[in-house]
Amino acid sequence: MSSRTLYDKVWNLHQVKELPGGSTQLFVGLHLIHEVTSPQAFSALNEKNLEVKFPHLTVATVDHIVPTLNQQRPFSDPLAEEMLATLEKNCTTHGIKFHGIGSNSQGVVHVMAPELGLTQPGMTVACGDSHTSTHGAFGAIAFGIGTSQVRDVLASQSLAMKKLKVRRIWVDGSLQKGVYAKDLILHIIRLLGVKGGVGFAYEFAGPAIEELSMEGRMTICNMAIEGGARCGYINPDETTFEYLQGKEYSPKGQEWDNAIHWWKSLASDSEAKFDDEIQLDGSSIEPTVTWGITPGQGISIKERIPNPEKLPKNEQQIAKDACKYMNLEADQPIEGTSIDVCFIGSCTNGRLSDLQEASKIVKGRKVSSGIRAFVVPGSQKVAKEAKQKGIDKIFLNAGFEWREPGCSMCLAMNPDKLEGRQISASSSNRNFKGRQGSANGRTLLMSPAMVAAAAINGKVTDVRKLIQ
Amino acid sequence: MKQEFPEGEINAISGRSLVITGDDIDTDRIIPARFLKCVSFSALGEQVFADDRKELKGNHPFDLEQHQGSNILVVNDNFGCGSSREHAPQALMRWGIRLIIGESFAEIFFGNCLALGIPCMTSSKQEITKLQYLVNENSNQIWDFNLKELSISNQKESFKLNLEGGAYKMLYTGRWDATSQLLDEEEKINNTVKNLPYLNNFK
Repeated sequence: MSSRTLYDKVWNLHQVKELPGGSTQLFVGLHLIHEVTSPQAFSALNEKNLEVKFPHLTVATVDHIVPTLNQQRPFSDPLAEEMLATLEKNCTTHGIKFHGIGSNSQGVVHVMAPELGLTQPGMTVACGDSHTSTHGAFGAIAFGIGTSQVRDVLASQSLAMKKLKVRRIWVDGSLQKGVYAKDLILHIIRLLGVKGGVGFAYEFAGPAIEELSMEGRMTICNMAIEGGARCGYINPDETTFEYLQGKEYSPKGQEWDNAIHWWKSLASDSEAKFDDEIQLDGSSIEPTVTWGITPGQGISIKERIPNPEKLPKNEQQIAKDACKYMNLEADQPIEGTSIDVCFIGSCTNGRLSDLQEASKIVKGRKVSSGIRAFVVPGSQKVAKEAKQKGIDKIFLNAGFEWREPGCSMCLAMNPDKLEGRQISASSSNRNFKGRQGSANGRTLLMSPAMVAAAAINGKVTDVRKLIQ
Repeated sequence: MKQEFPEGEINAISGRSLVITGDDIDTDRIIPARFLKCVSFSALGEQVFADDRKELKGNHPFDLEQHQGSNILVVNDNFGCGSSREHAPQALMRWGIRLIIGESFAEIFFGNCLALGIPCMTSSKQEITKLQYLVNENSNQIWDFNLKELSISNQKESFKLNLEGGAYKMLYTGRWDATSQLLDEEEKINNTVKNLPYLNNFK
């Protein structure tokens, strides 16, 4: 059993009580809500005649259903408008702070909360969205929940949870030029599998992790869930504190000094015990691309699409399904695969540094003819800062579309969708069948810089060939 | 017709079964994202597995005549991975599913099912394959699930199933709907708040 890890320390602090069934009543320090998974929770609250217990610990935004071309109200999709209106009404009724369209702070919930300084080390963070693991990048315990649990958090600010085991994933070395946090996490999921993390929290540690910016760390923790781990985290350090300093909701003055002192004490001790430990070499990782229908089906840009017959037995069937669905042939190189659509955005890779890195590849070049390429900033703040730096112009000049912030084609709950059998190069997090809005559309996951390279060449490209 | 959803102690479930084969069946497959544009779960039952069903043009297990009215679903490994959407178990429940048996389940999906009173029971790959074979052989047979005995059986065969202790107790005692338990502890919640530096100006 783990001990003296950050996970243990934060868990212990938030324990309200052991419940009769053997689970723990865990206090939730920050509850984030959005329009998709909260309306039924509020309805259930009303049916039971319950109040929101700590309205100031819940924060709302709208992201999944927002259109990215025209955000004028009412939205042209009446269902989307109804969802937003319902969220607004619920927030007003219960006194919850809402970061809406036009507030300058709206965005994908896992982009906007960190950039406001809402997410801090040592917190428990819950949200009705599986990518809540993102917030673990700050040394928080953060996990996705279902709508019944959203109701429970609203009513009691707590949850019935089982304590997870802790696996430390230690990454040595430094990532090569042209290799990003996204490649590292795709590589890890490939190694450990999409269910390897079930029952575990992942602690990401080691030199290659410490070197990452907060935005890179968020990319890593964001996709912990794609490896089956409901929760992923990184110990807070100077990079964390530097990011948080001066943010709207960060502590100030004496509180800031006290906060740093406390935050430092939360990191896993050098004598910490883990339930499992894994070590890998970050410097040997290549740009990584998924070829199949689960995020675990990734290969390096230099590899060929695997032959299902040569894979371990338990991977053969899903690999066969994937080859058929993706219409990709075994033993063919992934590099050079033609694509139709390029999407840069999402809670995984819609932050400023993601757009910046991609823009370096695009600068002075043109999107290949016939390719539809678009950039969806993760939040209004990201969009504003990118414009100040002229990043929007670089993309526009190259033939990309520049959109308004939202989840967009990561899950296509808004008008941004693949059509028919189109295949996308996407900086998002899931390549499931039908994920991007067409029941038989296809998705190749990769880093934003790799998406940019694919847009320029019209096919999957080793981004390192476009880096001067 | 008004459906009855799980209530109280979940000790026994009887009915016909159906099979969905394949590992890593994600919640986008169970309920595609476009159906999440709703402020109520009520219409989800008809939309369960919508894209898979469309592709199979009436031959999907959830469309076949003989499976209408079935309430036990037998699946394979890592069922329900991906998104945390409770819409997935809601859609299955509203179609009629009351019990799911598989090799393993994704964690959030398992918890979401538990919160609705739907047990997710596990067994080995070998046993599941055998159970799926028997179910497909005769879709009319009635299967009896017994929580206390951790088993499911027809008239000839019986299969041992697993469930972790916490979930077992919650289903057995009927306290799988956590809200009331969580609300019992107002004073303890307030004490926890007092000990969290970030809710007390980092004093």
